[in-house]
Amino acid sequence: MTALQIIFLFIAAITLASAVMVVSARRMMHAALWLVLALAGVAVIFAMLDAGFFAIVQVLVYIGAISILIIFAIMLTRKAMEDVGPQLNRGWWLAALAVVGVFAGLAVVIVSWPGVMATAGVGPDADAIVNFGKDLVDPDKYVMPFEVASVMLLAALIGAIYVSVEHKGGQP
Amino acid sequence: MSFWTDPMAVIANLIGGWLAGLGMTEGWVTFVLSFLGAGVYALLVMLTVVLLIWVERKLLGRFQDRLGPNRLGPWGIFQTIADMLKIFTKEYITPNGVDKVPYNLAPILAVAGVLSVWAVIPLGATILGANLNVGVLYVVAIGAIGELGIILAGWSSRNKFATLGGFRAVALLVSYEVPLVVSLIIPVLFSGSMGMNNIVHAQKDIWYIVLAPVAALIFLITSIAENGRAPFDLTEADSEIVAGFNVEYSGLKFGMYYVADFMHTFTIAFLFSTLWLGGWLGPWAEKYPMLGIFYTAFKAWFIYFTIIWLRGSLPRFRIDQMINLNWKVLTPLALVLLMMTAIVNRLVPEGMLVVRTLALLAVNGILLVGTSWLLNKFAGRNKRVVVAPEPRPVARPEQISSES
Repeated sequence: MTALQIIFLFIAAITLASAVMVVSARRMMHAALWLVLALAGVAVIFAMLDAGFFAIVQVLVYIGAISILIIFAIMLTRKAMEDVGPQLNRGWWLAALAVVGVFAGLAVVIVSWPGVMATAGVGPDADAIVNFGKDLVDPDKYVMPFEVASVMLLAALIGAIYVSVEHKGGQP
Repeated sequence: MSFWTDPMAVIANLIGGWLAGLGMTEGWVTFVLSFLGAGVYALLVMLTVVLLIWVERKLLGRFQDRLGPNRLGPWGIFQTIADMLKIFTKEYITPNGVDKVPYNLAPILAVAGVLSVWAVIPLGATILGANLNVGVLYVVAIGAIGELGIILAGWSSRNKFATLGGFRAVALLVSYEVPLVVSLIIPVLFSGSMGMNNIVHAQKDIWYIVLAPVAALIFLITSIAENGRAPFDLTEADSEIVAGFNVEYSGLKFGMYYVADFMHTFTIAFLFSTLWLGGWLGPWAEKYPMLGIFYTAFKAWFIYFTIIWLRGSLPRFRIDQMINLNWKVLTPLALVLLMMTAIVNRLVPEGMLVVRTLALLAVNGILLVGTSWLLNKFAGRNKRVVVAPEPRPVARPEQISSES
């Protein structure tokens, strides 16, 4: 095993363990913090794949924006401190079944993929970002999803303004 | 390659050769060298802060017509060391009911978030931590970790005032991040790269502060806000919310917030000098990288002085003024500026430096005048709210007697 593989196994173990803790922690705040750790683990894995841009974006968007938003939501929630009820309901075995099924399906797909044991890196990423940026605005490639995503964000912005604006004359 | 032309490479070769002589493989030598370099670098930055605290107190003293620290050592220069020793020996008080792990993690995150920025700031042509090809994004992303430190401190202290302070701080940080990021795009636009060292190299013809003075101003204002110091120090407004998010911290844990605060100012100064003032560029800087440190630091000290000057001169914003300034002035201005700069930069060919500079300056000037005109036009529209306390029942003799 190379040093990179050892680090990968270590990071993957941390990521998975904290992902489990996200759903099993009793305090919602702690769950959010475990989520931050899990997302940071994903960022490290991106960095190990020579995808520095995605590692940084992972930190920027998920840790910087989404986690802080989640923490904000939790801080404004009642009974955020302690949850004393049971953590499982009667349907837990259904969820477990679905999870095992999805995991088995993914495992089969990934193992049957020929490149699964290859250890080659992505290659020198000297111009990876430039290519990425050009592909995003290339009419032959991904300009359509890119623009649709921005329209969706605009719709979300307008929606947020509509929801938060004070409507004169009672009900909106 | 001699010591004076490329000191870091010489030192690295020296230690690397010694380690390889001990029988280490190449990968491990790189690892140990990076580890040592990062440790020494971080330590040097932290030690500089000791001097900075003295500088800031002394300057603030002069701005306020006082002497500042003047007892220990020449000009009171050792005052910070005494303060540091005092804070090391203070007791850690952990209030009842705090959330232990986040409570202790928060100060560490606050310092780490600031210290990590130094990894991408180039101090000289070859003296830099890492020329990440996403350097600018990295600076923004790492800033989020500092925010996490503040929000955790506010929440885990289990104190109403700390939580309120945390909310205020995060409202400030999250909203000012928007114009900050937009203004950061402009150097990226000019240089065509997000790597910090590439941005410095691209400023060889002209500094970006000449091409985009308004963006530089927005960067400075939003950075000061991100730092949470005067005039944006309402996160720790001691007259309204005791001391903000860090009210329950004591001893070195409080000291870490203190250090993070001062270090953040210094970091902003270096970022400004790198992004807008040409960083390490100067006469003979490419030949002798050690000179680059001097140039970067000289420009950074100028900005540092300006920030302290602002701190000593301006009164504090109210929270509604702070939010209004960001969302009604800085964000629209930054967005319009970005679009105009992109268009003009594209229309004027790269080679015509004088025409390009004049066109960009004209755009900046028009935008500044336009903003000022709009602000003046709508200034009278919002009536000033007179804030007065609610009448409260007070136990006065006449009130008690009127009850009966």
